[in-house]
Amino acid sequence: MLESLKEFAGHFFVTGEPLIYMSDVAIVVVSLAIVFTLTYLKKWKWLWKEWLTTVDHKKIGIMYLISALLMLFRGGVDALLMRTQLALPNLHFLDPQHYNEIFTTHGTIMILFMAMPFLFALFNIVVPLQIGARDVAFPYLNAISFWLFFFGALLFNLSFVIGGSPDAGWVSYPPLTELATDPGPGENFYLLSLQISGIGSIATGINFIVTILKMRAPGMTLMKMPLFSWSVLASCIIIVFAFPALTVALALLMFDRLFGTHFFTMLHGGNPMMYINLFWVWGHPEVYIAVLPAFGVISEVVATFSRKSVFGYKSMVAALMVITVINYLVWAHHFFTMGASAGVNAYFAVATMLVGIPTGVKVFNWLFTMFRGRIRLTLPMLWAIAFIPCFAIGGATGVMLAAAPADYQYHNSFFLIAHFHQTLIGGVVFGLLAGLYYWWPKMFGFILDERLGKWAFWFFNIGFYVCFMPMYALGFMGMTRRVYTYPAETGWTGLNFVSTIGAYLMGIGFLLIVAQVLYSIKYGKRDVTGDPWDGRTLEWALPSPVPHYNFARIPEVSELDAWWHMKQNGETLAAQNKKAPLEPIHMPKNTGRPFIMGVFFFIAGFGFVFNWFWMGAIGLIGVVITLIARSQERDTEYEIPAEEIRRTESALGRL
Amino acid sequence: MTNGRMQEGKHAPLIPMKNFVGYLLSLVLTFAALALGMAHVLSFGAVMLIMLLLAVLQVVVQLIFFMHFTESDGPRYHIVGLALGAFFALCVIFGSIWIMTFNSQVH
Repeated sequence: MLESLKEFAGHFFVTGEPLIYMSDVAIVVVSLAIVFTLTYLKKWKWLWKEWLTTVDHKKIGIMYLISALLMLFRGGVDALLMRTQLALPNLHFLDPQHYNEIFTTHGTIMILFMAMPFLFALFNIVVPLQIGARDVAFPYLNAISFWLFFFGALLFNLSFVIGGSPDAGWVSYPPLTELATDPGPGENFYLLSLQISGIGSIATGINFIVTILKMRAPGMTLMKMPLFSWSVLASCIIIVFAFPALTVALALLMFDRLFGTHFFTMLHGGNPMMYINLFWVWGHPEVYIAVLPAFGVISEVVATFSRKSVFGYKSMVAALMVITVINYLVWAHHFFTMGASAGVNAYFAVATMLVGIPTGVKVFNWLFTMFRGRIRLTLPMLWAIAFIPCFAIGGATGVMLAAAPADYQYHNSFFLIAHFHQTLIGGVVFGLLAGLYYWWPKMFGFILDERLGKWAFWFFNIGFYVCFMPMYALGFMGMTRRVYTYPAETGWTGLNFVSTIGAYLMGIGFLLIVAQVLYSIKYGKRDVTGDPWDGRTLEWALPSPVPHYNFARIPEVSELDAWWHMKQNGETLAAQNKKAPLEPIHMPKNTGRPFIMGVFFFIAGFGFVFNWFWMGAIGLIGVVITLIARSQERDTEYEIPAEEIRRTESALGRL
Repeated sequence: MTNGRMQEGKHAPLIPMKNFVGYLLSLVLTFAALALGMAHVLSFGAVMLIMLLLAVLQVVVQLIFFMHFTESDGPRYHIVGLALGAFFALCVIFGSIWIMTFNSQVH
């Protein structure tokens, strides 16, 4: 009995690696510390009532944000481990298997469990405030989205200490990922966790499309809507059309691995290239899902800190919409070397280059917005200014990669690695950080410390170029991605070493951001006006942090940059509130069911990962029960009395 | 929509018959396709043709029973959505076929 238990544990837990044992200890210690702190401070009830059961878009946004920052840390540690291994030739810091697992989890986490929740954090916190709504269209569904993401991410991260991590790259191409060549639960973790969080992402896409189309304040026509909301609309349209392709690709590969089908095997009529095709039908749009909201953030930040309305608003909207369509038609450029016909490669090369045109329009519009503006170099503006050249270079190297014949040289080399990190860090992360600094006071009621933030900015930026510029050269020198070491004769040592230094500089930048947040919680300047940046859009009309019903009275909008024009005309929300007596507000009730549903999804996912179908069945039955329980629920709303609103508003100085 | 939030169905029936029927229909269509593939009684071309037909029916079922395609108030955003969806679906289908025809050259 004991022997069989021992043997089971030997397979179940990841063993034999000191780094993993250290992490095991750290995980246990941190978990115990959290449990102890919550119990000691008697905060369990608070955690459940205020956070785990909330349907408030602002709180859900904050939970997304915390998750994203934690995942940024995890993915960043993966990156530093890889760069340490590659710093010098013939190092044995990581063995090849461990290296494979780390580049796989790094990629998957950074795209799906860092970038996506970071985006959703901003969607949730900003969009309803910006369009003058009290919540998203489907608050209950919104909570489900978050918990599916959360438990998907938890399942994925668990693979690191239980069962073993996936090891076939973030793209997880068959036939390598078929059972014959990759047994064990690692790839199952990848498939199931992405599937679970993917359901949440599609729901978020639908939720925000409906919110933006149906819940704008009266008078805010689509062409008077702020550009960030436009970019969210574009991003959500892409989510809704692209994610199903990933769902299908993952589901078919899961059938292959769990139920013995042959969709992507080499034998019995399977075709692994079809997985690659389907994966990139989602995968290419995915980068636009991530970068378009970053464009939106830059548009808001540049306009606010140049004290000008954004240049060429209509062309900005048109560019977003054009990208929304074209981005869907370029996916094959990720596998030019597959050997499709010349016609295919020629078409996809030209289509890819076409994306550069609307993107170029946006870059010039930002520059013209700044031109003769009264620029203030605050932290959000610094990140926005760093974004523009960095993303432009990333885009230009993308056009180089899009030239199909040349791509045969660059394909899967470090040139490619440098390119997509430049678009994803220089584009998405810089944009998201600009947004984080910009909307932080709105979320938490204080401004992040400028001095520490500037240190973080310079460390991160200089670190970025030191890390990734050498990689372009390494790519030309023949270094391919996913090699775990290299001999000294290749001559790659110097550039690799420089690159590793850059990675550590970025790591220091991240730590400085953490220090900045901690410092500012205590010493940061409080935002008492609700409008610390002299903003232009409606969210700045509200107090910071925003009361949970957002607007005591839904404002009437007559122009683009609604709040700016209200200020110009000497209007305030307080004046609007005084016009007529306040009315009671209907709000959705908190509910624990989305959380419970997430737990059941997690149980089901965990069961399928280990081929324990009884456990998978229990989880899925639980999911169905939560769905039925919801369908029988009638009393989902409550009313905030007018008197309470009056009290809250006058305490905030808005009445 | 009165105070900025979507009204959720407070007076919805206990068992939503429409969704129930839709769900059954979509299951029937799915399993019909599966059975057709497993049975190996018809020629390849015939199976593909029938499956295409079943797929189109499936889309219609989804649109009518679940997507409330026939109900609308305000601007008809759903027409734009459907057009875009159809366009993307066709691009993916024909694009994939076009890309994957390299197989016939390799084999």
